[in-house]
Amino acid sequence: METVLEMKNITKCFGAVKALNNVNFRVRSGEIHALVGENGAGKSTLMNVLSGVHPYGTYTGDIIYQGENCTFKGIRDSEKIGIAIIHQELALIPYLSVGENIFLGNERARSGVINWGKTHLDAMQILKKVGLKENSHVLIKDLGVGKQQLVEIAKALAKEVKLLILDEPTAALNEEDSNNLLQLLLELKKTGLTSILISHKLHEVVKVADSITILRDGATIETLKVNHDEISEDRIIKGMVGRELVDRFPKRTPKMGDVYFEVRNWNVYHPQIEGRKVIKDVNIKVHKGEIVGISGLMGSGRTEFAMSVFGKAYGKYISGQIFKDGKELMINNVQQAINNGLAYVTEDRKSAGLIAIEDIKHNISLSSLRKISKRWVIDDDQENKAATTYRKKLNIKSSSIFHKVQNLSGGNQQKVVLAKWIFAAPDILILDEPTRGIDVGAKYEIYTIINQLADEGKSIIFISSELPEVLGICDRVYVMNEGRIVGELTKEEASQEKIMKCIMHSNRGCS
Amino acid sequence: MENGNVKPAKFATIGYTLKANMRQYAMLVALIVIMLFFQIATNGILLVPMNVTNLILQNSYVLILAIGMTLCILTGGNIDLSVGSVAAFTAAIMGTLIIEQKIAVPLAILIGLLIGVVIGIWQGFWIAYVRIPPFIATLAGMLLFRGLTNTILKGLTLSPFPKSFQMISSGYIPDLFPFIPNLNLTPIVVSGILSLILLYVQIKNRKRKIQNNTEIIPRSLFLMQILITILAINLFAYALAAHKGIPIILVILGVLIFAYHFFTTRTVPGRYIYALGGNEKAAKLSGIDTNKVLFFVYLNMAVLAAVAGIAFASRTNSAFPLLGTNFEMDAIASCFIGGASSTGGIGTVIGAIIGALVMGVLNNGMSIMGVGIDWQMTIKGFVLLMAVAFDVYSKNKSK
Repeated sequence: METVLEMKNITKCFGAVKALNNVNFRVRSGEIHALVGENGAGKSTLMNVLSGVHPYGTYTGDIIYQGENCTFKGIRDSEKIGIAIIHQELALIPYLSVGENIFLGNERARSGVINWGKTHLDAMQILKKVGLKENSHVLIKDLGVGKQQLVEIAKALAKEVKLLILDEPTAALNEEDSNNLLQLLLELKKTGLTSILISHKLHEVVKVADSITILRDGATIETLKVNHDEISEDRIIKGMVGRELVDRFPKRTPKMGDVYFEVRNWNVYHPQIEGRKVIKDVNIKVHKGEIVGISGLMGSGRTEFAMSVFGKAYGKYISGQIFKDGKELMINNVQQAINNGLAYVTEDRKSAGLIAIEDIKHNISLSSLRKISKRWVIDDDQENKAATTYRKKLNIKSSSIFHKVQNLSGGNQQKVVLAKWIFAAPDILILDEPTRGIDVGAKYEIYTIINQLADEGKSIIFISSELPEVLGICDRVYVMNEGRIVGELTKEEASQEKIMKCIMHSNRGCS
Repeated sequence: MENGNVKPAKFATIGYTLKANMRQYAMLVALIVIMLFFQIATNGILLVPMNVTNLILQNSYVLILAIGMTLCILTGGNIDLSVGSVAAFTAAIMGTLIIEQKIAVPLAILIGLLIGVVIGIWQGFWIAYVRIPPFIATLAGMLLFRGLTNTILKGLTLSPFPKSFQMISSGYIPDLFPFIPNLNLTPIVVSGILSLILLYVQIKNRKRKIQNNTEIIPRSLFLMQILITILAINLFAYALAAHKGIPIILVILGVLIFAYHFFTTRTVPGRYIYALGGNEKAAKLSGIDTNKVLFFVYLNMAVLAAVAGIAFASRTNSAFPLLGTNFEMDAIASCFIGGASSTGGIGTVIGAIIGALVMGVLNNGMSIMGVGIDWQMTIKGFVLLMAVAFDVYSKNKSK
């Protein structure tokens, strides 16, 4: 296969920081080339250089595409010659139709007047190519994330893309949608499309990639080729972190006490759609010092359950009982939940977990302000002390406790969220996807923190879509599907197959 | 990119401190530059003792409103368009009660403040609990209370108020040390005491921070800050002393500024306001009753609008249908010039005060120079635009 793209000695600085240091990157025609590395390794920066987000002149080095030296001044230039990038955050407009979105900025128009007939006709054709069975008049907001992702690809195809860059395309997708998307990439490969895939999900990379380039600290480490090098998740991780991670999960011997936290007959209705029950008769128990997993596909009701327990932060007509240490709790709002020793670490740290424009200190103290204040006046010393302690304890990489949270990496942001809730001194911690979108090294650190909390005697509910993670750190696993608990497995019993079996079994309707 | 440095940095460098607080310093520098410019352009009239006192008296109502508006803007870039009408409505009530009904002044003022509370509950209810966007709810309030003002005044002007009411905006604290003719010693004594308190508190704070190993600004910058502040206070006090002493309204202003500065920077509810503006979802999930916070912010704004209305009626010695027109715009502009973010979560009371003073000095300076009202407005609009453009520019640069 011939080389279609070559990036030579790319160096890009942000102020004094070298984000890319002499990176070399070569893509062959018609392949799926995966780009992997920890957060902050420089993957996105490299792709932004390639697509013209960082224009020519703001970096040094050469981009050679199809034999020609490229000097892009912006995204438009790179799109013109067939390079398209799909960012992690989808760039679709929710209140426009699928067809309008596909041809956004690329309208089917003559002298500025849009030909709607052609727009939707062409749109339907492209939709067929990506295997999306939806009418092109449907509004984007009415589609799920998986389908929206397909529309993004359709949009790229409409621009007659030859090199497609996908930045974490499956980060927000469930297992099934992810598989569909990967399948589509393989299909498109057959038609001659070259793609670059950035992903943290290594099993997907192993499944579809022809070549894998590993970046670490802004430099190319190596490129692995299928049929040439050994390709496995462990091999890739070794390249990413620079050492072999013997165990992806820290070891721990559980020291469990009696049943400490219990939710009985929990029922929740959807807050907007009248009459729709989201959580159905859920019963769970957590012992002191135990890590209990709640596994299940996205949309199975895990987050809804957790948030409704946490001070009725979700849903309405909530019924059921909550017991802590044998006593029933009356919780009607988040403040009461916190006062009763509950904490909930949200799955969506950016939009619901952190105040990005504030510093580490103010984020950590936010849910415990009453604790460090006297007659509503905050004790600055205590606040500083708490922030300093947790910054050290959780190894939050930052210049000081006054570092703005928005300038931290994903893993360190997650540590700030954890610090906030650990400082609130809860007895029961509900962790919702605590390792989503963070790199292998930071994940390990966070598992260690969770283990420590359990050893201190806290009861932990661990929600995650990643099955290996649930199996790796939980002492017991509940399986959830369509708002019900459909299985309970001990650590010894649990396996990926068994969990999936529980879900499939319940789908067939025989509980 | 991350650096592996997890040790607390004990001293921030001068460069870092300046950069981190660039917005605040920049506006302060701008204020000083503008003052120097007009000082020269007006041949020294701007900072004549009488004019310094005048500056305070003229702008007292904007300063009061800017404090409240800061809190509104902090909650998420929300503004309150009704403050001018609420001030007018309160003034109209004052006029009716004091001039027509001959009710005692203190009682009337109390009623005026209570009316502020009632209006605040009304607006806060619609904004915080019915969740009508503040822009719309307060636009409605702007029309509503302007209409009611006209109804109460029947389109006429009520005047004059009794001496005791006028005192609020034109009275002075009597000289407690009448030793030197033509010099009111009280402001100088008060500023001396304030300087000592400031010095003591600042040094104590710094010592404690060093003990606790918290990051602090460099010593040179710290000393310069204190020195400049003390110098400014004392020069200002001298100007007051050379005129008629401390205006009563300045005492009210001083108490309000100090109280709200303390409230926003040091108290739990103050922090809640920033959290609400920074990220409402995260604030809610941290146990903050965001509706309640929003409710109290608008309740507070209406009360301060009533205070501003009372102060303004006292200053103009009348209540008239057009009182308070465009007050809201002055207050909003002050906040944005003072560095508040139009998306919420960023801004300070002190910043808004500096912003209001910038506007006030511009008004006053241009009036002395004989610039027409038309040009004054144009220039003020331009200053607002430049201040916010500077904000956007510096934010993009730091990214």
